[in-house]
Amino acid sequence: MNINIEVNGKMITAKKGETILSAINRKGISVPTLCYMKDFVPTGACRMCVVEVEGRPNLITACSYPVEEGLRIKTHSPRVVNARKTIIELLLSNHPDDCLYCERNKNCELQTLAEQYNVRERRISGAKNLYKVDQSSASIYRDPAKCILCGRCVRVCEEVEQVTAIDFVGRGNKTIINSAFNKGLNVSSCVNCGQCIMVCPTGALHEIDHVEKVLSAINSNKYVVVQHAPSISVSIAEEFGLKPGTDVAGVMTAALRKIGFKKVFDTSFSADLTIMEESAELIQRIQTGGVLPMFTSCCPAWVKYVEEFRPDMIKNLSSCKSPQQMLGAVIKSYFAEIEGIDRENIYSVSIMPCTAKKFESQREEMTQKGVADIDAVLTTRELVKLIKMYDIDLVNIEPEVTDTPLGTRSSAGKLFGNSGGVMEAALRTAYYKLTGEELKNYKIDEIRGDDKRKELKVSVAGLNLGVAVVSGLTNAEELLKEIEAGRSDIQFIEVMTCPGGCVAGGGQPITFDAKRVKARMKSIYDIDKVDSIKASHQNPEIKEIYEKYFKEPNSEKSHHLLHTHYQKRNVLK
Amino acid sequence: MKTKINEILKKYPQAQRDSLIPLLQDVQEDIGYLSEEAIALIGGYLNIPTSKIYGVATFYNQFRFEPKGKYHVMVCRGTACHVLGSLTVLEAIQSKLKIKAGQTSRDGLFSIEEVACIGACGLAPVLNINGEFHAKVTAEQIDEIIETYRKREE
Repeated sequence: MNINIEVNGKMITAKKGETILSAINRKGISVPTLCYMKDFVPTGACRMCVVEVEGRPNLITACSYPVEEGLRIKTHSPRVVNARKTIIELLLSNHPDDCLYCERNKNCELQTLAEQYNVRERRISGAKNLYKVDQSSASIYRDPAKCILCGRCVRVCEEVEQVTAIDFVGRGNKTIINSAFNKGLNVSSCVNCGQCIMVCPTGALHEIDHVEKVLSAINSNKYVVVQHAPSISVSIAEEFGLKPGTDVAGVMTAALRKIGFKKVFDTSFSADLTIMEESAELIQRIQTGGVLPMFTSCCPAWVKYVEEFRPDMIKNLSSCKSPQQMLGAVIKSYFAEIEGIDRENIYSVSIMPCTAKKFESQREEMTQKGVADIDAVLTTRELVKLIKMYDIDLVNIEPEVTDTPLGTRSSAGKLFGNSGGVMEAALRTAYYKLTGEELKNYKIDEIRGDDKRKELKVSVAGLNLGVAVVSGLTNAEELLKEIEAGRSDIQFIEVMTCPGGCVAGGGQPITFDAKRVKARMKSIYDIDKVDSIKASHQNPEIKEIYEKYFKEPNSEKSHHLLHTHYQKRNVLK
Repeated sequence: MKTKINEILKKYPQAQRDSLIPLLQDVQEDIGYLSEEAIALIGGYLNIPTSKIYGVATFYNQFRFEPKGKYHVMVCRGTACHVLGSLTVLEAIQSKLKIKAGQTSRDGLFSIEEVACIGACGLAPVLNINGEFHAKVTAEQIDEIIETYRKREE
């Protein structure tokens, strides 16, 4: 049923049950918002979206008010504009004045609004909040002084990830967002996914910086190598004025060499390695009555979630390390051996769309003889900073190819960036291993796209296999509950913590434009469409490394380097 | 302590989220404060994350997160006391004991709590230390008052 409302003197039709905000946005009229998040129940906390409705004494919040027949709305009357400006001034009244030094300078919603509403002086001066920054986490840096208490991080953590590591603590002007007992994220249930960073309007949340230590390594006598995750090459373009989703793998490799990395490897290669190991593990579990369903273990936030909240299901996690850690281990063993470099002299950097990878690289299990396999993890955003710092023109430099070995990938490895990609790659190789034949035209539509939950039943060589793909830990938890309740038709589950997969990871460029994430996802599928090597087992470098080094998947050597174990974690949850 | 808390939880069969505050009150009544262990147990029982419970509990002045001191100093911050200078009294106590309201001194002797109106406005500003009232207190008297309690321990 349609409802007619008048907005700024023009009649528009709205749908029954929708909010004023959604009705006017559809007609191209926008009002500023801060606490509002699409697809979440509105809270109406920040009051930025207030509009004037004829006959109402108070301004009302467009984000939470349902449309009614005959509403006469003004979105930018002097009263409304003045109210919004005052709100911004009040938010700024106790905000630090350090935009120049802020992580989110030029990409801050508060700054943008202050500019938009022509706030040019500090009219209201409030007492500054002297809060300690929380840099206890390996991944996430929190500066409560910059927090405007919009609550978006709290809601993402609770509603999308079901972790609820943080909440509003205290009351009134002493309110702060914090973990239980103000203890710091490192001892909270935080899984380091970084989705809070992605929704933070200000510089209150960002990743723990690794740029400085990478720079000092590059300028030392260390042998500095780098790997980049599958989704990086389709994500950074948009930060350099290119069309979102443009694949810049070649120029990115060239840029990394210009910055000073001696070797540029591709994490998609070790994604192929993961598939070899993981598919072998899956087949083995199925054929020998092992623990099923098996969960993927590529996502370090998911792994930590299981360790904290589902310790009884640790045995379901694949013992495979993630691609980052597999390549890290291979670089400081196989690569060091063939190049004759002392492994302690190698400084191994990875570029990840992810903040949890910083935590993962520091896990005790990810070291050999006291030396970490990965020394530093840069997020996509940090790589962008590095490229800008070196004034590299990403548009006009010549593309280069990655180094060999450890640089050639199949397009199956590239798919790891998308939710469903690990599953698709695994199924391609598992099919081959079980039947001796390649999967016809490779593409598995049922587990593609940005649905947060996808399922598929396949029958391969007399084996009935049920697989599920979920992203967002709330969706994962839902599936776990079904399994707990006795569901047994699923043998293999891919979980990614970030909704949509790594293309929407917590280390990616900050954007609220869902189209950008879709473009990144599509770009990865497009690469898969045109590439000639479409399955991990076809990758010539994978064949080579098994011939020369690991012999076969699940061999003793691969168990030593490519597999790991997990531990129950007692945290406040 | 765990068994004590579990005893309390037993009094709330099939409890839902709305039992949270009564439960917190009961636990505090019994063990004097809300410990991490207590909050984790309540969270497990009601299926509410600890961060949420901590958020709720810190919203209210009545909950404390440290054990009470042997002498529990309640400072009235009601309107009448405020008008007559209870803030400076509170500040004097805080600086004398080197702790903030809600905290307990390291020797375990003193703890401070800010309370809303005690209902003794005629005596404002008023302190209540383990049930003993101190009327028309000024910041200057704090030193002496605290020392009398300290002397009892010698």
